Amino acid sequence: MSTNAMERLSPWLFTLGMFLIWEIICRAFKVDPFILPAPSQIFVAMATYWWPLAKNSFVTLWTTLAGFALAVVFGIVLGIVVGWSRAIYRGLYPVMIGFNSVPKVAVVPILVIWFGIGEIPAILTAFLISFFPIVVNVATGLSTIEPELEDVLRALGAKKLDIMLKIGIPRTQPYLFGSLKVAITLAFVGTVVSETIAANAGLGFLMVQAGSNFQMPLVFAGLLLLAAEGIVMYAIFAYIETYFVGWAFRSSMSAGG
Amino acid sequence: MTAFVDIDDVTLVYKGASGGVHALDRFSVSLQKGEFAAVVGPSGCGKSSLMKLVTGLVPPDFGKIQIAGDTVRGPVKMAGMAFQNPNLLPWRKVIDNVLLPLEIVQPHRSRFRREKERYREEAKALLATVGLDGFAERFPWELSGGMQQRVSLCRALIHSPALLMLDEPFAALDAFTREELWCVLRDLWQKIGFTVILVTHDLREATFLADRIHMMSARPGRLVLTKEVPFPRPRPIEVCYEAAFTDIVHELRAKIGEVRKG
Repeated sequence: MSTNAMERLSPWLFTLGMFLIWEIICRAFKVDPFILPAPSQIFVAMATYWWPLAKNSFVTLWTTLAGFALAVVFGIVLGIVVGWSRAIYRGLYPVMIGFNSVPKVAVVPILVIWFGIGEIPAILTAFLISFFPIVVNVATGLSTIEPELEDVLRALGAKKLDIMLKIGIPRTQPYLFGSLKVAITLAFVGTVVSETIAANAGLGFLMVQAGSNFQMPLVFAGLLLLAAEGIVMYAIFAYIETYFVGWAFRSSMSAGG
Repeated sequence: MTAFVDIDDVTLVYKGASGGVHALDRFSVSLQKGEFAAVVGPSGCGKSSLMKLVTGLVPPDFGKIQIAGDTVRGPVKMAGMAFQNPNLLPWRKVIDNVLLPLEIVQPHRSRFRREKERYREEAKALLATVGLDGFAERFPWELSGGMQQRVSLCRALIHSPALLMLDEPFAALDAFTREELWCVLRDLWQKIGFTVILVTHDLREATFLADRIHMMSARPGRLVLTKEVPFPRPRPIEVCYEAAFTDIVHELRAKIGEVRKG
């Protein structure tokens, strides 16, 4: 087998290997399924409860994507504002760090009071948790333009807007796409945190329900589906990244993220 | 004939958090149109400040700078610049990197969309003169350092600037490539006839290329001496191995040694 094919297969092999070891440990040590269900038991639960799982997975997926979409729009706009001038950058940065340090779990009850139980707190939590890396990366891309390159254009009479359009924004794209991969996985965390606290649907809600009914295989089934959604979305954004900013992987400039 | 570039008694102090940095002190140099001038000096002598002053990016604290009879009061728009780092945009093909200034500077800016084909032909012709025929559609990362620096030169020259400002453009290249690029620059200058200010640490480079060499002292930068280089044009690279050439380099070297101590 060529190393190339090996490299393509290895993620699958490793995942399969992990499940195998898990299964063997559970059987060899006769682990109580209430503590840690074996993968086989989890897959049985998945097959049995496929409809509630599918329904709730879909809710989690769309709320996550809605929150993420908000984060992308807001993150890019705020990133451009922050990256535009040093004064704004210095002024807003502490505020954003402070905001980002607040555990989002603590924000959910407030959102529930404002918007009631349901999808909106989940969307907003996903948004709140995932916009920060986008802002930071966009701002970094804009604020690290090579000063000499800026001089070349300014000497020609370029305005700040010209420099942003010709250099800043294209140059920021690798930083942006790098941050999207991080942000989408964070968005799932936000959604599920909110769903476990206050929701009528979604994987987080399902896992809490299953847990209180002592259906551990179903809880783990929820976890696995969540992980799968995260991986799929990450892969999509990784693909988009190489498609749009392939140049950044070839040249010495590397993407932030 | 009056000077094309006249730097007259210029003083520049940068105000920083840790006190001012006195970059240039009563510095005066003037260039005729079409002249090739080199500015040499120990590191930190304010040579880069000179670049910013002449291109109008930074105003002097005292003194004034005139280009073609007009006092510089803002970005001069008629200057091309190239630096040690080629600073090419990695998402643009070579030709689009070269065309970048035309998207900024008037009158090309407003014509650019309409006459794109003509501009592209001009850019290709310019690339051909620096030996990059057929590289227009490549990306910068596909090019060696020396080739990237040639592209950077083309970008500095595409809008036919009357003045070319070069800040140690060949410092990061290996010795052979550097000499190759000296010849590229020499030929371009001879063909097009722009005025050049070349800031460099390399005394051989200055002696080979320049009509006159201006030496600066350590910070604050003052003019220490101006040396005429008498070799006739066009200069073949072999000039570098003549005794008279070596004498000039030695003389400059000795003087720099004094300046650095003092």
